[in-house]
This record gives sequence, C-alpha cells and structure tokens, in this order.
Amino acid sequence: MAEMETPGVLPARESELRKAFLEQVDIVPGGERLRRCIQCGTCTGSCPVSYAMDLSPREVIARFRAGDLEGILRSRTIWVCASCYSCTARCPQEIKVTDLLYALKRVAMEKRIRPRRFPVYALSQAFVRSVKLFGRNFEAGLIVEFFLRANPLGMLKMAPLGWKMMRRGRMGFFPERIRGRRDLAKIIKRAEEIERPQEAVPRRKATTEVGYEAIQP
Amino acid sequence: MDYTYYPGCSLTRTASPYDLSTRAVFRALGLGLHELEDWNCCGATMYMSVQETVSFAISARNLALAEPLERDVVAPCSACYLVLLKTNRFLREIPELAAKVNDALSAAGLNYAGNVRVRHPLDVLCNDVGIKAIAQRATRSLAGLKIAEYYGCQIVRPERAFDDVEVPMTMDTLFAALDAENVYFPMKTRCCGGMLMTTVGDVAKKLCRDLLECAKANGADCLVTTCPLCQMNLAAYQDALTRQYGVDLHLPILWFTQLLGLALGLDVKTLGLDRHLEPITDKVLSLAGAVR
Repeated sequence: MAEMETPGVLPARESELRKAFLEQVDIVPGGERLRRCIQCGTCTGSCPVSYAMDLSPREVIARFRAGDLEGILRSRTIWVCASCYSCTARCPQEIKVTDLLYALKRVAMEKRIRPRRFPVYALSQAFVRSVKLFGRNFEAGLIVEFFLRANPLGMLKMAPLGWKMMRRGRMGFFPERIRGRRDLAKIIKRAEEIERPQEAVPRRKATTEVGYEAIQP
Repeated sequence: MDYTYYPGCSLTRTASPYDLSTRAVFRALGLGLHELEDWNCCGATMYMSVQETVSFAISARNLALAEPLERDVVAPCSACYLVLLKTNRFLREIPELAAKVNDALSAAGLNYAGNVRVRHPLDVLCNDVGIKAIAQRATRSLAGLKIAEYYGCQIVRPERAFDDVEVPMTMDTLFAALDAENVYFPMKTRCCGGMLMTTVGDVAKKLCRDLLECAKANGADCLVTTCPLCQMNLAAYQDALTRQYGVDLHLPILWFTQLLGLALGLDVKTLGLDRHLEPITDKVLSLAGAVR
C-alpha cells in the first residue's frame, strides 16, 4: 500500500504510475468510463478465473480510486486475466474492464513492475519478437523460447506433446516468413515513434473525466 | 460468392485441420476462398497487451492489403477475428487513431480507408449461404450424434457481431438442421483458459476440466468448437486431465467445419480428422460411411 504523507496528496511514485496509467486509459476507446464504476462486482462474479486472482477485478478499480496503483501492478490479477471479455460484456456501466487490465499490463511492463516468477511477461516478449522477426507467430519457436526464459525444466514435460504434434503434421521446425517483413518492420518502427513521442502526450480527457486527478505534492 | 481468406498463424501449423476443413467446406459449397497475399500476424491479444498503437498498425496492414480486393475477409481463428474486427471498428470510429495508423502504414506505401468487412466463417456459412441451403447440400445425416456446441469467448465477445453474447445459437441451429442432437451445454461461452495453458497451467486445466466434464455429463459424443486455441486446450491435455482429476475426460473435439464437412460428404483425410491429438471415436468416424 502506498504511504500517504498528507491526506489527499499522493506520493511521487504513485503520481508517476497514475500518469502512465491515465495515458494508457486515453488510448483505450471508451476507457474513461472507468469513472462510472458502481462497485457492483458483476465483473468479479462473471470472471472464470477470479478465484485465482489476489485482487478481484472489482477490487482493482477500488484500489485505483484509493490511490494504490502500485499494489495493482504488483498483483497477479492483471496477468491471470485470460481475455475472455465476460466482465466487459456484462458490466452494467459498460466499463471496458478487459481493456483496462491490458492498459495496466502495459504500464507494468513499461515500469518493469511484475510479480516474482510470473511468466506471462516472458511469453509476451517472445511473441513480440517472433512477429517482429518473421511477420508471423512461429508457435513452435515461441513455446521453446518461452520455456527457456521462464521454466527450462517445464520443456521436458512438454516434449511428448511436441512429438505427437510433429508426427501429425501440426508443428513446423522453421518459421514462416512473410515477404513484406521489411515493410512490416518500417510500419512497426513508425508506429512506435507515434506511440511514444519525445514529449509526453497531453492527457486529453482521462485525468479530468475519470475524476481522480493526481495531486502533485 | 468470393471471399478473401485470412488463415492466421495457428491455422498454418498447430490448427492445420481447421485450415483444411475450412477450405474443403467452402469448396464443397461452391464458394471462392482466396488467401490474402503475404498476410502478417493479426497482432493477437498478446500483442494488443504490449503496445496498443503498434498492434493496431500491424493488424491494419492486413486490412490495407485486403481493401483493394473488395471482398469480405474471412478469419476462422477467434483471436484473429476479434483483433481484425476490433481494429476495423476503432479505425472507423476514431479518426485520430486512423490518422496515426495510416501514418505508420504509409512507411510501407499502404493506406486503409476502412472499407473491409471482417467475417467469421460460421457467420458467412450460416448467413450468406444459409442453413437451409447447406442442409439441402448435405449428403450425410448426423442423426444419432449428440453434440455440445462450444463457442468460446472471442467470436461473441465483446463485439456482438453476429450472435448473442451469452446464448449464441448459430451452430446449434446449423447442426440441428443436419439432424444432430444438441445436448444441454450451459457452458457454451465459458472461457477455456486461452494462453493461460502455457503460463498459469493449473488455472486453465481447471477451466478445461469443467468444460469437458459438463459436455460429457450431458451425454455429448463430441464437442464442436470454432477456435484453434479452444480446440488445442480441450484436446491436447485429455490424458493428463483424466489422471489429475480421476474422471474420464476423453472426448473428440472437432472444429465445426470438420463436422459440417462430414455432413457434406467429405472424407476423414480431407477434413484433417486423422491429425487429431485426442482419440476420435468410432461413433464420429462412422459418420464418414453413413449415407443419407
């Protein structure tokens, strides 16, 4: 829990995280609906994996309001989400809960905050690299890279399945490369420049519309 | 009718039977399915979760390549379908995002004006061709086969494109018209765990156990799905799940195009039914011999 020195004033670290998160909320279409949350818990009740989370989806929003983004980012919750969109489909306030969890994940990655020995991050990284290199997701390579990074022993357990898939023509040894991968690299490079401009993006709406402005000490 | 085909990465390898059966069913129904030249990864939910603008641009390259062809894009993988659908809608609705993405695309001399329609093959087959017309073309009856139709998450959520979010019925109606019996399967849109099978295996295994147990308890002979990842999760770990939970959790997991293909008279090999990781029972395989 972030420590609060003066009532109503957020510590510097919390303000920094909050700023990063609100920038992410800005690029989620409809993200500002976060402010409408009535804490009904439909998200948590609809979530098939909330039992395995340390903070339920409803609690994530409550903690955000209470000024504890760091606590959220350190939780398993954002990494346990399986992207099934049940919460989003059922939220009576039309809050894009799944997309907000993605926004939190992006902040966690940007700020390098993650739970110890939690492997989802490693898989994301391996996936991104595969797409950048080949233009397609080389599934066999992705799994091998993931296990090497996250759990080398786990690979042994996967070996029989890999062998079975190979025999049935469902596993390739070599990645499929697209012809236009240099074009794709150019597109990604340009998009990255657009996404992270030199100066911080002016926050169009989130700080005011979400209604929980970070007060600088 | 002609369509642009976007197979997606999984269908090129791990879900090759889905690719084979999709192509075969379209051919059997006289539909043209033309693979998009040099398509790239859709971005999938994983990429979406890392850098949003970049993932929209990656996804949009495919839409930009497809636009001049003036055909609907057919994407069988649930994740590809959702990502392409979402990108398409956001680019149409948010001019600032479209401007940024087109700026990125221009680095490769491309541009996307927002005129492509992204479709799932289930939608195309049942709504363009029509269930009645399909039933008329069927040469085999599925009578006696009990099916659990499993839609999973991403073809119904969150975009609500062609069926109900909570109780989709497209597949149920299709297979009922082909004489199959639909079992009670209230978990038809419950999550299979998706990528969690690789990262937080215990959580995903429990979800898969619940799905298999529910289908089996209600008497299903097979479960039918629309997604490469759902099929993999439900099919590949049946031995381990059976050992772990002490209940028999073996069940044939078919892609809907495979079962439809059987009804249309196609054979086991053409539909990739010989490439499954889980045992395909005689009850399913014998369909390949039962002439209507």
